[in-house]
Amino acid sequence: MQDQILTWITFIPMLGMLAIVLAPKNNTALIKGITFVATGLPFLLATWMYFSLFDKASAELQFVQNVMWIESINATYFVGVDGLSLCLVWLTTLLLLVAVPASFGINKAQKSYYALLLLLEVGILGVFVSQDYFLFYVFWEIMLLPMYFLIGIWGGPRREYAAIKFFLYTLAGSVLMLIAVVALRLDSGTFSLPELTRLAGEGNLLGKNLPFGGDLLGMRFTTWVFWFLFVGFAIKIPVFPFHTWLPDAHVQAPTPISVILAGILLKLGGYGLMRACFTLVPDAFNEFAYVLGVLGVISIIYGAFVALGQTDFKRMVAYSSVSHMGYVLLGMAALTEWGMSGAALQMFNHGTSSAVLFLIVGVIYDRAHHRDLNGFGGLSQVMPVYWGLTTIGFFAALGLPGMAGFVSEAMTLLGAYQSDIEGFKLLVVLSVIGIVITAAFLLWAMQRVFLGKLNEKYANYGDMNLREVACQAPFLFLCIALGIFPFYLLNWMEPSIKKLVQTLGG
Amino acid sequence: MIASLSFDPAVDYWLLLAVPGIPFVGYLLQIALRKRLPFGDKLLTLGMFGVMCITVYLAFKAIAAGHHGEAFVQHSVKDGIYFEWLYSGAAALGVDNIVAGIYYDGLGAAMLAVVGIVSFCVHLFSQGYMHGDRRYNIFFANISLFTFAMLGLVLSDNVLFLFIFWELMGLMSYMLIGHFAHDPSNPFFFKWATWASKKAFLTTRVGDVCLFVGVMMFYREFGTLQYTELWEAARVTVANNGGEFPAWMTVAGLFVFGGTVGKSAQFPLHIWLPDAMAGPTPVSAMIHAATMVAAGVFLLGRMYPLMSPEALHVITFIGATTAIFAATIGMTAYDLKAVLAWSTISQLGFMVAAVGLGGVVAGMFHMVTHAFFKACLFLSAGSVIHGCHHEQDMRLMGGLRKKMPITFVCMTICTLAIAGAPFFAGFYSKDAIILAGWANILDLKTFSGWGIYALVSLAIAAAFTAFYMFRLIFMTFFGEYRGNLEKHMYSDALAAEAAAGIERPGGHHDDDHGDAHAEHGHDAPHAEHAHAAHGHDAHAHEPHESPWPMTVALCILAFLGMFGGHFWLLDLPGAVAFWHGAHTWFESIVSLDSLYGPAVGAWAADGISEGILDHSSHIGHAAHVRAVILSLFVATSGIVGAWYLYVKRRDLPAVITKKLDFGYYVVKNRYFIDEAATLLVIAPSVKLGVFLKWVDEKIVDGLVLGIGRANRFLGFFSAWFDRIFVDGAVNAVGLVSQGLGSAFRLLQTGRIQQYAAFAVGGGLLTAAWLILA
Amino acid sequence: MGLGAYVAVSAALFGLGIVAIITRRNVLYILMGIEMILNAANINFVAFNRFGDNGLDGRMFAIFTIILAAAEAAVALAIVLNVFHLFSSVKPSEADLLRE
Repeated sequence: MQDQILTWITFIPMLGMLAIVLAPKNNTALIKGITFVATGLPFLLATWMYFSLFDKASAELQFVQNVMWIESINATYFVGVDGLSLCLVWLTTLLLLVAVPASFGINKAQKSYYALLLLLEVGILGVFVSQDYFLFYVFWEIMLLPMYFLIGIWGGPRREYAAIKFFLYTLAGSVLMLIAVVALRLDSGTFSLPELTRLAGEGNLLGKNLPFGGDLLGMRFTTWVFWFLFVGFAIKIPVFPFHTWLPDAHVQAPTPISVILAGILLKLGGYGLMRACFTLVPDAFNEFAYVLGVLGVISIIYGAFVALGQTDFKRMVAYSSVSHMGYVLLGMAALTEWGMSGAALQMFNHGTSSAVLFLIVGVIYDRAHHRDLNGFGGLSQVMPVYWGLTTIGFFAALGLPGMAGFVSEAMTLLGAYQSDIEGFKLLVVLSVIGIVITAAFLLWAMQRVFLGKLNEKYANYGDMNLREVACQAPFLFLCIALGIFPFYLLNWMEPSIKKLVQTLGG
Repeated sequence: MIASLSFDPAVDYWLLLAVPGIPFVGYLLQIALRKRLPFGDKLLTLGMFGVMCITVYLAFKAIAAGHHGEAFVQHSVKDGIYFEWLYSGAAALGVDNIVAGIYYDGLGAAMLAVVGIVSFCVHLFSQGYMHGDRRYNIFFANISLFTFAMLGLVLSDNVLFLFIFWELMGLMSYMLIGHFAHDPSNPFFFKWATWASKKAFLTTRVGDVCLFVGVMMFYREFGTLQYTELWEAARVTVANNGGEFPAWMTVAGLFVFGGTVGKSAQFPLHIWLPDAMAGPTPVSAMIHAATMVAAGVFLLGRMYPLMSPEALHVITFIGATTAIFAATIGMTAYDLKAVLAWSTISQLGFMVAAVGLGGVVAGMFHMVTHAFFKACLFLSAGSVIHGCHHEQDMRLMGGLRKKMPITFVCMTICTLAIAGAPFFAGFYSKDAIILAGWANILDLKTFSGWGIYALVSLAIAAAFTAFYMFRLIFMTFFGEYRGNLEKHMYSDALAAEAAAGIERPGGHHDDDHGDAHAEHGHDAPHAEHAHAAHGHDAHAHEPHESPWPMTVALCILAFLGMFGGHFWLLDLPGAVAFWHGAHTWFESIVSLDSLYGPAVGAWAADGISEGILDHSSHIGHAAHVRAVILSLFVATSGIVGAWYLYVKRRDLPAVITKKLDFGYYVVKNRYFIDEAATLLVIAPSVKLGVFLKWVDEKIVDGLVLGIGRANRFLGFFSAWFDRIFVDGAVNAVGLVSQGLGSAFRLLQTGRIQQYAAFAVGGGLLTAAWLILA
Repeated sequence: MGLGAYVAVSAALFGLGIVAIITRRNVLYILMGIEMILNAANINFVAFNRFGDNGLDGRMFAIFTIILAAAEAAVALAIVLNVFHLFSSVKPSEADLLRE
């Protein structure tokens, strides 16, 4: 059991999905029950693994399973986790578990909905545990499909547009990724990520075995691979010019799907960059680190300003994600231990804080059926609990010290400022503009929604119910607890991060 | 008795941990149970009483050490008590870590005691003042959490934890300024608090990120954030650089100072503080006068050795400018709390300028004494406001000294203190600052134009301070009670003012952002709203003295406002020694040596005038005499001026304001800095946001959609091509097949025998062909 | 007797079978024709086995074919029954649906 624990975690939701397919269509209680079990078990297993089975002092992959899968192309079923992926696996299982009660408001085609939700979990977990690039890619694509349907069927008024945009945009990135993967496979003969990393570290992954022998159209093989992979993952993060699918997808997606989208799917991009991009082409990464830093800072500032200009609550939150994920790129590009740790931590913390923000938007949308920031007012008078939790959520998101977001942002900035890359210090100093603007748009939104004169239309609104509070509670708890005790994550990640930074030559 | 006290690490660190711990637990209890917590307010106040006792008890240990001439520095990391923040067991992991401990020295002891005392008084006072408030419990919870943050800040041993508590205070300031933003029963405060809280948070946050950038810079170069290590690293760095500060240190120092500018409301980020008066008066007393705003000065005290001379010049300039310009505005305000707010900004400018001039001890001293008397002034103002049924306009007061005698006495004592009357706390500290100024310009080593500017500004500001504070006293407590004036008479007076161009044209336009609007005439419309809110009760009732919790709190603070500056707190005869150049109690526990340790202290003393350090030297003596004379002169002139204008010739102020005309208009409107901030910073930011939103939707997303559309066009084109050519070819094949099929169809009869016959025939023909060929 | 005689009998039988298939109006006769063709082949198998040097292969094929023929007859009769059921006739000329 313990040796195959990753397989169990990944495929229990798949079993749940099969069970749902067999369940009668009208018995929604049974379907929800199955979904609970199928998301709860992986969460329990992941928690058990996190606190008890995992050796956090080791930087090596653990719980490894490596069996041949498709012999003709040398693809293996190779799964394993280190501290970095473990944290994200745990976050995934938690978010999906919470997404179930958060979905209780959905009445349309529930059977398919929960089945797709579970398939989505399989895809996401698969990506985090895969150590074989082919397997990684397969899971990456598996994840796309349920997301497409979840947005396209259960979304808002423009759901088809948003779903297709999301699907095509991400698919375009995947194609670039596939090209790079195939090229790497042809060059090295293996799909194994640790093996590819080792080869790259030895300088043996330069495309010498390919027909064109290394250079193509005047650019080095590694440069090509780097940019193909980078764009593939950057779309997912999303980084500045590739972010426009995000607001549409978020605005149209139902609340729990937005939560998953912002909470985990964006992390796949950052995780992919760390695990399956930079380490495979360290020389190209070092060459373009400054460019990545610039993109990160643009994302931070640009995202914050665009969020400031929004009148749609959910779009504002979506753009705040763009801004927050900019720190991830900035921290990684700096290539210092704190920068990298901060980036990894920021991914986790953004997972919790953005989940809270989207749940907050969901609460008010369920009642008012609109999200216009200027259409509310004075809600703190009728919904004090909602106001209180929103305050915690907003201040967690704007990086208030004592909360998790601060730890990661401070670590990222402190680490990034230590970078020896030319001109990087100025970038970091510029990025703090984003901090002020983030505070501005969140407080402004707070003012427009909760303060001021009570809009009479909403005077009879009930406060948050127990289910809504219960959905937010775990994330708010994490936001505060990890702000005070960040070592509950950082200690787990540190060996892997250290190894990663050393691999990249930092 | 005092002399026998000494710091006991085994017990006292835990007491120090209990100091912020008690209000924190109180907060958790109160916020979790709300109204279900029986006697929550009393419980929290009792807790704060405990905190006050501990802080004072421990402060006496520092004083005892100072009495023995020992340097009093307790650093818990050295004693093995610390908290590993980012990583636990970082050494084993081989990674840099942030380790937080308690740093408790003379300055910390003094500050901690100040916070303990003031917050106890504020808790006590609030029981009366906030009575009947709709969010009474939340108020107590918030103010407890604030106290926790402030105490934590003072005890932090590294600048990152200082920053954490710093921001936490910012949050609580936001919540408390916004206290009335959730209570629509008072429309004026309801509206004001809504945007004032946001303005305060955002304005200070600008300073906060500056501080963070400064921290970042120091961390990169020095690799540590602990004060002691930072100081030592700075000393070594400068020594290795030939005694010169490297340029980056000036930049980093100024960024750190940016934090002070934000938090301590220095020019140009002072704009939030007057609007912070939208909060309840006890909050103004505690957060926006005594403690939080002093944190910026406290930070300067902690980071002083890292400041290069160039940075100190800027600090001097900003501080002195703030001191004088805020004082001028203070002279024109009519709102009781607004006068005090501007006075706070001005006094903070004194402290900042003192640090810039090298008088870091003087600055810290003023911070301590100011905390007492300003808290008392605010609470007295609160008592007056409470007594006058939430009236804040001084023009509607007057003659209150008979009706509120305790308040009157306390407030007068503290006014004398802030004005710098001899033997009151403020006199000693302000004198120390003036002394720093004199020493700075008398000593050729430190002489510069900045020093002269600062001394002149500070002297004038001190005179102004005495003037507007006594103006406040005379308008409020002397003369006739004007609160019962008929409404129309009051309105007439306002109309006359408006005609004289005093009121701002247009008033408060409530556009949807509400950032940084210049405050909506604090004076007149506010009074009207307040009246409206409280009905005509306010008119029918005479002012009355406040209940005992409020007056007790006032008395404690007034006592300290009087004696808080003396040599030994209870040692009156010691005052005589002052004239012979002895140290005050504060200077005996806080000196450069005890602040920064002997090595760094001696090095830090290098850059400042010897007169500040040694009263017996030639320069010290000269500066000392001049300082005392100047202090006395400015205080007297201010007080006399106020008496002449507001008691003797009460018709004169109107004449003078009319004479000054435009100048008065500018000052009255706070030099239009709020408007400038709105115009130059806030509006462009929002516009940029809207513009970038457009860019994002039309250009960035437009590009994506363009690519999508191009692809779709390509798709349509392909479909057309497919239909016409590709499919055409297929169809052609089909047509030919069809023709052939029709022909062959004739053979198809469906009769099996016929088919068999064909087959046999075919077979025979094949055989024949095979045989014959 | 030589191989030629056997082959001659076989050829004659085969020709009769073909004629029966093509000319007879009743489907049962057609089936008989098919049996004749199969048996013509059997004669050839056995004859060539007798005169060749092939062990028992030819005879085995012959037995195999007989079994197949039995099976085929059963299937064919089932088809005939169905055809009769459908067309009320067993004349192949009337079952010309294959034309459609």
